[in-house]
Amino acid sequence: MIQVRGIEKRFQRHPVLDGVDLSVLAGDRIALIGSNGAGKTSLIRCILGEYSFSGVLTVVGLDPRRDRVAVLDRVGFVPQLPPPLKVRVEELVALTAGLMRVPAEEIHQVARGLGLDLSQHRKQIFFKLSGGMKQKLLIAIALARRPRILILDEPAANLDPEARETFFAQLAAMPKETVMLLSSHRVDEISQLVNRVVEMDQGKVVVDRVLSTPVVGEG
Amino acid sequence: MKQWRAIAWQDIKESLRAWWFLVYTLVFGGTVALLFILGVTESQILGFMGLGRLLVTFIQLCIAILPVFVLVSTVRSIVGDRESHVLEYWLSMPIGLGDYYWGKFMGRFLVTFLPVFGAMAGAAAWGAYQDIQIPWQLFWIFSALLVSICGCFLGFGFLISTLTRHQEVALSVSLVLWLVLLAFMDLILIGVMLQERISPEWVVSIALSNPLQSFRTAAMVLFDPRLAILGPTADIILDFFGRVGFLVYALVYPLVLGLGSAMVGFAIFKRGDQI
Repeated sequence: MIQVRGIEKRFQRHPVLDGVDLSVLAGDRIALIGSNGAGKTSLIRCILGEYSFSGVLTVVGLDPRRDRVAVLDRVGFVPQLPPPLKVRVEELVALTAGLMRVPAEEIHQVARGLGLDLSQHRKQIFFKLSGGMKQKLLIAIALARRPRILILDEPAANLDPEARETFFAQLAAMPKETVMLLSSHRVDEISQLVNRVVEMDQGKVVVDRVLSTPVVGEG
Repeated sequence: MKQWRAIAWQDIKESLRAWWFLVYTLVFGGTVALLFILGVTESQILGFMGLGRLLVTFIQLCIAILPVFVLVSTVRSIVGDRESHVLEYWLSMPIGLGDYYWGKFMGRFLVTFLPVFGAMAGAAAWGAYQDIQIPWQLFWIFSALLVSICGCFLGFGFLISTLTRHQEVALSVSLVLWLVLLAFMDLILIGVMLQERISPEWVVSIALSNPLQSFRTAAMVLFDPRLAILGPTADIILDFFGRVGFLVYALVYPLVLGLGSAMVGFAIFKRGDQI
């Protein structure tokens, strides 16, 4: 699903990705871990086609820079920090539903599953919602498109324990062939969801371990 | 709905809720109201009276303040989205870079042009209600001039917005650009002419390559067809272009310059890191 061969990314002369190799197959649920500045977010941005880089990176056989729409049609993404979107909740739902070509009701339904009734917040501006509500809405948008690849950057950071549990249950219920790339500082938080751990440090993959069973309790 | 239209529409809705848009609308709407209150329609200067006089005064004010308003209010569009991580989110959606960029451009164009045009249209509507004769030819030429001003400085704004990485830098660059264009309207050109280092034809060419100057001269040529105010310079301009030719030049050249800048901005946006 995702093939990464020797990709490099530099800012000025500082390498943020230094010859990364990674092969992601259908059904891989990867905990992408590492400290700040390890290169996790840069790798995600390369996969999303938002960064230029040297090396080879394909997503479902396509180049995310050249075929960005076709690639992103298959990708759901939840950013680490909710962006300060100055749009009403109903506008955000309508716009993203339109861009993703899914019914807006799908987003409402996933949000309800996460304990967020969007109909009560329709007129509110997105960036004025609480941190947890924003995160739930972004997760709902990402899941509603039923993506083949789900990329989540610190997805549960703003969620309360109950919402986190529901969210993880929703992730666990996704089709088996769905690829998940969950970036986190801590593997224990997402351990129950993953079957593979990739650790990055200073722009390199330093650990790539396939787990026979989910690493519950290992954290 | 096409993606770029969805982005444009979203940008318009966001702008309508923004403080800058409120100030922008109040400045231009308020200017027209002020001109009515001050009785500009009653004066007979430069052969214009009634609504024609008001429109001439309004367009002169627009030429003075619209470029900097357009620059300041739009230069942060791409760089601001980038800094706040809004761009990262939108570009994770299945949307073409062109749809995003040109959608934003079109949205910003409409929210900068429509309030100014609306102020003029409001003046015309009020004039019609008051049985004041409306100079429709002047109205449409000024409308085209406003399209050109907005398109030109919006293009500059988008180019700066894609070139810079911080909003403060973008804002500073846009103000420097505006000041340079302003300086080349009078101060620098007068200095060059005084030193007599280059021919008058060259000085006029440099002046008319400055969109601010071409707008100002176009506004002049409408109430002073022989450009008597400009003295001998008028002969160079009118011999080369003719009156209609110069008007066409003043409408088309800045628009082409602005769209060209926006296209260069898009090429830069597309080629490098988007966030």
